[in-house]
Amino acid sequence: MTVWIDADLCNGCKRCVKACPYEGVEMRDGKAHILERCTSCGACIENCKPKAILTDAKPREIPDFSNRQGVWVFAEQRGGGLHSVSLELLGKAGELAEHLNQEVSAVLLGHEVEPLAETLILHGADHVYLVEDPRLAQYRTIVYTHAMEQLIRQFKPNILLMGATHIGRDLAPRVSRRVAVGLTADCTELSIDPDEKILLQTRPAFGGNIMATIASRYSRPQMATVRPGVMELKEQPGKSGNIIRETLSIDEADIKAKVLEIIREAKKTGDLSKAKIIVAGGRGVGDVSGFKVLETLAEALGGEVAGTRVAVEEGWIPADRQVGQTGQSVRPELYIACGISGAIQHRAGIVNSRFIVAINRDERAPIFQVADWGIVGDLHELVPEMIRQLES
Amino acid sequence: MNIIVLVKQVPDTTEIKLDPKTGNLIREGIESIMNPDDRHALEAAVSLKESMGGSVTAVSMGPPQAIDVITEAMGMGADRGILLSDRAFSGADTWATSLTLGKALEKIGDYDLIICGRQAIDGDTAQIGPQVADHLNIPHVSYVFGIDEITEERVVVRRRLEDGFERIETSVPALLTVIGELNTPRYAVVGRLIAACGEKASIEIWNAADIGAKTNEIGLEGSLTHVIKTFAPKFKRQGEILEGASRESISTLLGKLHENRIV
Repeated sequence: MTVWIDADLCNGCKRCVKACPYEGVEMRDGKAHILERCTSCGACIENCKPKAILTDAKPREIPDFSNRQGVWVFAEQRGGGLHSVSLELLGKAGELAEHLNQEVSAVLLGHEVEPLAETLILHGADHVYLVEDPRLAQYRTIVYTHAMEQLIRQFKPNILLMGATHIGRDLAPRVSRRVAVGLTADCTELSIDPDEKILLQTRPAFGGNIMATIASRYSRPQMATVRPGVMELKEQPGKSGNIIRETLSIDEADIKAKVLEIIREAKKTGDLSKAKIIVAGGRGVGDVSGFKVLETLAEALGGEVAGTRVAVEEGWIPADRQVGQTGQSVRPELYIACGISGAIQHRAGIVNSRFIVAINRDERAPIFQVADWGIVGDLHELVPEMIRQLES
Repeated sequence: MNIIVLVKQVPDTTEIKLDPKTGNLIREGIESIMNPDDRHALEAAVSLKESMGGSVTAVSMGPPQAIDVITEAMGMGADRGILLSDRAFSGADTWATSLTLGKALEKIGDYDLIICGRQAIDGDTAQIGPQVADHLNIPHVSYVFGIDEITEERVVVRRRLEDGFERIETSVPALLTVIGELNTPRYAVVGRLIAACGEKASIEIWNAADIGAKTNEIGLEGSLTHVIKTFAPKFKRQGEILEGASRESISTLLGKLHENRIV
């Protein structure tokens, strides 16, 4: 489909130029022009007030979704333990539900997991859809997808949120395809549009270099995944809710996967998502012994060590300590970035930190743009100095 | 063993810089590359072909210039390449893209394994693999970092979890999404690259009609999610550079942290 400008209607306001994620619009003699590199994403069309941007795409009717009720959260559990992201999402779901005047439900799948329902209710669930079956004991894509499909078709939720964990990023797209709905991954913000009453899903795009706000107008439920550590949980002591029990109906022949074994690699130290202070290292650290010094600083501060993708690829720290676009998002009180240039993929993971300190030899490193305080210098000198001063 | 690999041409988003004056992306001069995770997928496919026999077909959906990743895939060892290219495909979200790829794969038929990268560095959604698998009604395993066993009936893989891994067995045909940990991709071989650019190369370009796709199910029209607006991420920070020699600057820093009750 093609997009073009009606020059007579164009008032030269340049909203389209700003809206385009691909620099596909430029101004010529005060009028907007669509360039060859346009990918027909339609962002400019949405933003044009005089409706001067035209397309040969046929206008689509928005179906009547007034019967869609409920903000659902997939309650991820592994081995009987709830993943914190589920509670965080329940916190957000409560806000969204309030704006829609609807209720919050958690979906709990597993085997002998009913005791977890209480925790879900105490974190905001008005209802818990509980499906228990030995075949749900361990996560398997097809079985879980089937259970979700069953519940969605029967109860017709309005919104469905899942944590963007390894399970969530496996399950959500499969479910979205199965029930034919739009899905937005790794949202950093969720809100309800006051006019259309739809879910506005904001996420980093283009490797995190820009932010995009996305909506699913033509399908329900509106699905979104959110990374752990992005939303905040809200404890609601004394809240009451009910459990709705459903049975799994799936043919054994349809289940094609077997989990042969699950190996848990014991973490030597704490959980980055709960760390109050993080000392992180990037390319500038140089080697494993450089990271040992960072560890000493982390210890002196009572914090954890983390690193960028580069540090993981070089083998200086294990993969579960990676922070950034393809690693974890963290929200500590203090994030100290040592020898990290601040590529946007890394910045995306630390943006919710309360304070960011940057130490880098290069004064032009982009990390200084996102730090509260920065020191231009050699981390191999500055980090030991910091340790010295802390210990005295 | 017939293997299909899904590959995507992406801008090298790891090299993108912001213009300090406008805060906008500097898009000129950004190299187009084969998505990194897809290289690992291709390497896995070609290695399997080398040990078990069979063929590897590389498939990509993109604008005409995406032919470069098809050629590169052939250079790395793919036997056949198919570029899905049509103006009608443009503006597609993951739903419309996975439908388009799904239809193409149905047309190719006869595959044992489909391997793709876990996610692309421009979209970063990690949705295409699982969505294509559901379209084709075949099982999939994501975050694969090890392929332990493969026969005509089943495949056993290791799937990365945040705190360890799982060993999963699933029936064939199946779709796998793979991560960088899986292997070290080989470089394209010059001789193969040259052959891939020649007349006899097994490269085809398919459009919407070729895969039997209707305009309202593909591209922007077929999408179920739409971009309402885009904006530059705001990083509102003080950005104060602390001056002085090491002892001084660190002392100032610790002072600030102490003031804010962090230390």
